[in-house]
Amino acid sequence: MTDPLLSVKNLRIELNTRDGVAPVIDDFSFDLFPGEAISFVGESGCGKSMTALGIMGLLPEGVGKIASGSINFAGEDLSSAEQKRMRNIRGNEISMIFQEPMTSLNPVYTIGEQIAEVLRAHQGLSKQASWTKAIELLDAVRIPNPQARISDYPFQMSGGQRQRVMIAIALACEPKILIADEPTTALDVTVQAQIFDLLNDLRKQTGTAIILITHDMGAVAEMAERMIVMYAGRKVEEGPVQQVIDNAGHPYTQGLISCVPHILEKLTAKRQMLQEVPGIVPSLRDFGKDQCLFASRCQYVSEKCNNTRPTENKFSSSQTVACWLTESIQ
Amino acid sequence: MNNTDKNIVKARHPFTEAFEMFSKNIAAVIALIVLFLIILIAIFGPTLYPVDPFDMVWMPFSPPGEEGFIFGTDYLGRDLVAMIVHGARVSIIIGLSAAFVTVFIGVSVGAMAGFYRGWVEEVLMRITEFFQVLPTLLFAMVIVALFGASLTMITIAIGAVSWTAVARITRAEFLRIRELEYVTASRASGANNFILMFGIILPNALPPIIVQAALMVGSAILFEAGLSFLGLTDPNVVSWGQVIGSNRSYLLDASFTVTIPGAAIFITVLCISLVGDGLNDALNPKLRQR
Repeated sequence: MTDPLLSVKNLRIELNTRDGVAPVIDDFSFDLFPGEAISFVGESGCGKSMTALGIMGLLPEGVGKIASGSINFAGEDLSSAEQKRMRNIRGNEISMIFQEPMTSLNPVYTIGEQIAEVLRAHQGLSKQASWTKAIELLDAVRIPNPQARISDYPFQMSGGQRQRVMIAIALACEPKILIADEPTTALDVTVQAQIFDLLNDLRKQTGTAIILITHDMGAVAEMAERMIVMYAGRKVEEGPVQQVIDNAGHPYTQGLISCVPHILEKLTAKRQMLQEVPGIVPSLRDFGKDQCLFASRCQYVSEKCNNTRPTENKFSSSQTVACWLTESIQ
Repeated sequence: MNNTDKNIVKARHPFTEAFEMFSKNIAAVIALIVLFLIILIAIFGPTLYPVDPFDMVWMPFSPPGEEGFIFGTDYLGRDLVAMIVHGARVSIIIGLSAAFVTVFIGVSVGAMAGFYRGWVEEVLMRITEFFQVLPTLLFAMVIVALFGASLTMITIAIGAVSWTAVARITRAEFLRIRELEYVTASRASGANNFILMFGIILPNALPPIIVQAALMVGSAILFEAGLSFLGLTDPNVVSWGQVIGSNRSYLLDASFTVTIPGAAIFITVLCISLVGDGLNDALNPKLRQR
């Protein structure tokens, strides 16, 4: 097996809140291998985006910080890297695309200027060369008539086109890792599928590893090979996508999967009543407690869940689950 | 290109939209034309009307129209037309350069405070507040009295007392824009702080700053007139305020010596304000649908 490209170990990210310091990410570890696509899944407020910002070194200043753990990228610990080095890595070796394509592009510059700017900053291309490359990139993200569209302003483009431009900017310097933070949440379903196709194709062409952050199980199944289910800043389950969907170990994962509607007319064994996971994510105050944070919403809760944080157990050869009841609920 | 392509309505450029919005405001358009004429007079007037404004050409207090002196003569028998024409240049230069100084200081301070937050913001905003509570005219008078009444000093003095409004606007805009997603996105693609401040955030913060700068030109002209009226002016150059100041003792006997330069200031500042107002309407998307 090859060495991981990105290896996060025991990461702990703390946020300063009015009630004191809260660990939004607690003892979180994962590996990302070159060219692989993994997915972070979980409800809002489970720390998916915080993990991404932590890797990028973009945690909100004065509010969030990496308290312990390491982020090892190609032999370098990003959690202690200098600002200058991080700026060099961002956009060049690790890129990110955001949830809201409508507001992620600067309204006062043409899209060509925005793509060319990244190329000039990181690869030292000339004005002419960066412009030519920008046209190629627009073509690669399948924007029709790139020669003409390159001098358009963001407001002249639709949401899907803007997200394509964002992808072009993110992939301009052929980064090793692309973090996609809910890239399709703001787009309608047909456009979502196009964007996923595009990301998949570009991944095949460039060999960029992708971290997809989403709460859409369909997107996970389409895009990723492995998935990491997060709950309240902790990893609750990890494993190959198909395996986890077919045989989820953690009650939370089971809940998430049963939330996905199927388009079938009649209620059958395959399509049961749509389930919901009752309750909400605990407040940040409770994040650091030594217990299973899902306990209050879990139908299998026992005494032990409320007193001790579950350890990560092997569920099958490639699947790990952090639940005390892994054995009994299989 | 086939026919259907030609029929597609092309999204309009923001500048086109702003320009259209501006041209709908008739008062602003007229004001812009008048302002344009005043600037032409300031540039070419002294060449086209080569009468030295300091020369005594006729009897003092000659009323307008007499002996071919359209605006008459002042208390020393100097041609008022020459004084207005030559004074236009000084007034407008001071207006523009003081506005420039104001914007320069204001944007620098506001940008630093809004971008870096924390103690930088605290220190800079306390300094801004300190300047805000100073009585502006008095403070400017002190500067001019201490360092001499040259045009440069007057410009600096006006700039030094009026940058606070620009600093506050810039800071507020920076605070708003720095949280927007495209700023995070630029950060995520490796932009450094300098690029973020002046390449990304500032261009988006410009509209209210432009409007404020336009209004600054008008108030700087007024300010200069006020200082000149009090005699704090370079005696070797004519400005409108200086004409009023030197003739103020004869206000009751020969009111035209004061009202004519006064009208020049009034018209110029009014035009600048109207243009600024038109710019505000054109650049502020919230007012666009009115």
